[in-house]
Amino acid sequence: MRSRFGLQKAGPRNRSDQRAELLLGALACVVLALIAGMIIFVFEKAWPSFSNNGLDWFWPWAGGNVDDELVHIFESPSDPSQFVYTMHAWPLIYATLLITATAVVVSTVFAVLSAMFIVEFAPEGIRRLLEPVVRLLAAVPSVIYGLIGILVVVKFFSDHLITQSARDSVAGVAALNGFSWGVGALILTVMITPIMIAIVVDALRAVPVGWREGSVSLGVNRWRAMLTVSVRAARPAIVAAAVLATARALGEAIMLSMVTGSVGFQPNPIDGFIFFVEPARPLAATIVDNAEGLSVVPFAQTLYAFAAVLLVSAAFLSFGGWYIRRRLRTYTLSPI
Amino acid sequence: MSTPATTESRAETQRRRIRPPNLPRPRLPRRNRGLLKEEEIVPWSIGDRIGLAAAWFCGLLLCAIAGSIVLYMLVRGLQYLSVGALFEHPVILSTTQSTGTAGGYLDPIEGTLILTTLGTLIALPIGIGTAVWLSEYGRPSWLARAVESGVEIVAGTPTIVLAIFGLLVFTQGAFGFLSFTAEGGAVFGRSFFIAGIMMSLIAIPLIVGATREALQSIPAHVREASYALGKDKISTIRRVLLPASRKGIATGTTLGMGRIAGDTAIVVILLGATPLEPQGDVPILKVLQGTGSTLTSYVYNNSPAGEGNAPQKAYAAAFVLLIIVILMNFFVDLISRKGSDPWAR
Repeated sequence: MRSRFGLQKAGPRNRSDQRAELLLGALACVVLALIAGMIIFVFEKAWPSFSNNGLDWFWPWAGGNVDDELVHIFESPSDPSQFVYTMHAWPLIYATLLITATAVVVSTVFAVLSAMFIVEFAPEGIRRLLEPVVRLLAAVPSVIYGLIGILVVVKFFSDHLITQSARDSVAGVAALNGFSWGVGALILTVMITPIMIAIVVDALRAVPVGWREGSVSLGVNRWRAMLTVSVRAARPAIVAAAVLATARALGEAIMLSMVTGSVGFQPNPIDGFIFFVEPARPLAATIVDNAEGLSVVPFAQTLYAFAAVLLVSAAFLSFGGWYIRRRLRTYTLSPI
Repeated sequence: MSTPATTESRAETQRRRIRPPNLPRPRLPRRNRGLLKEEEIVPWSIGDRIGLAAAWFCGLLLCAIAGSIVLYMLVRGLQYLSVGALFEHPVILSTTQSTGTAGGYLDPIEGTLILTTLGTLIALPIGIGTAVWLSEYGRPSWLARAVESGVEIVAGTPTIVLAIFGLLVFTQGAFGFLSFTAEGGAVFGRSFFIAGIMMSLIAIPLIVGATREALQSIPAHVREASYALGKDKISTIRRVLLPASRKGIATGTTLGMGRIAGDTAIVVILLGATPLEPQGDVPILKVLQGTGSTLTSYVYNNSPAGEGNAPQKAYAAAFVLLIIVILMNFFVDLISRKGSDPWAR
């Protein structure tokens, strides 16, 4: 990043100062080495799972039941030459993508509207109430969301939204007991929206008043001025917020393992409404659910392969977000 | 329609011409109610009105969600929480169940406190050091950029991945002194030390971000003034810049503490989620080397998803956890309001 102040990185230098610079630099390098180590270690451990399956690991039409495959890997003989590695992880990847995409899309719209409300339209009293509310929602631990999800939302879905005929129609394929990817995506939306709101509100506030006054003086109403000037100027921040929220959503393990049903099932969009209440299990939740099996070597290697996929997506997200923000920077503010 | 406006302007001219010293100043109406509303001056299309309604709906829905979560947890918490249980150790009922779901939850509360303190203590020096280096030195610049994106990647890494990475590293025999070890010398890779080290990785990005922002909001002339007095760079940092960015550091640290206290995945995998089980016999070290649980893992294990399945206990512990989180939130608020930054722009 370019320094905001020319002199910031210059300054008088002597022996003790150079020593301090080295020390601090070494500290930063330790952090860097730790991350590099993490990526290398995880990939090294995960490699057998990838190399034994090839592209079938990711291939959507590879077939097979993930849960059966996990059991086979877990029960593989202790002789290293006979380890079972067969793993077609697409249902898990699909569940991760489905839940994350749904939650991020819904919460982006929700967060931008809420941020516009907070910055421009809310009466003073409601605004003063909303700010701590957003901070509180962002700070509630995921396990509490999971607890509420499993004891309230899942129960509500099961008792009121799923009819007996719906249950019978997929009997033998999947159990519709309220544990579903829909509940997971719903609660995930509530979890990541406040993170986005905080960032978008800051960006909207940073838009110079004159820009909006200019458009208002041209006879545009407040809503249009907000939407076409402020929100447009805040696009890099909205992208940054969405990237952060996606990272949170991808890595959410505990809450999703509590409410999504923990079945390696692949929800099918052509099922109509039932689609939303079908169970699934994303990658991160799979790791939590099966953590007891980490002592079995091939099983652990498979779990580390899931972790490696998550790690790569986190890295790609951070670079992708940086690139999009840079592209959007023309004609906008550059808050980040 | 025009009457209030004329009265107002007349009052305005009077005020300017003669101003009797003891007369109260004419007050403007709080809202210009008599004037034309915005909707009557500029057109609001149906779409705009729907958009505005949607914004109102989102704002109010947010309040409703937060309100119902807090109220629900309050009702359930007060229903199941007993003061005595706060100071009771958990009891292990059967041998098949290692999480100790009977009895009170003193151990999880202690565990949360120990782990949060430990994680923060490890994260603080590393986070501040990295932030100072990035903001004040940052040479060579390619290294600075690498460190920057590294910190960003850590911030985006799921905690479950951090947890199993920790397990991978700390089950190596060389780290046996840090963790719970079996008789035969097998290293379990589970202890407060290890969980604290991995937890600090959650807090580091937050501390680095907040500290950097605070350092960069200090204008250049403050640094120049210090250099002009003959101070070198490192003493400028220590005596001028760091004290001035105390507020930012405190905010980042408190946010990090909240994240550590609220994380479950690392606790379940690296702390064992057992009642406090000290290891060895050196007074404080034995706790840090042993396993334990925190409120988050206690809630998880007692929810229908865990092995305990005692929702009442889960509700009560979640209530305590929520109180802790709200208190931390309150402190962030207090810090960011009190003691404004001396060089705030």
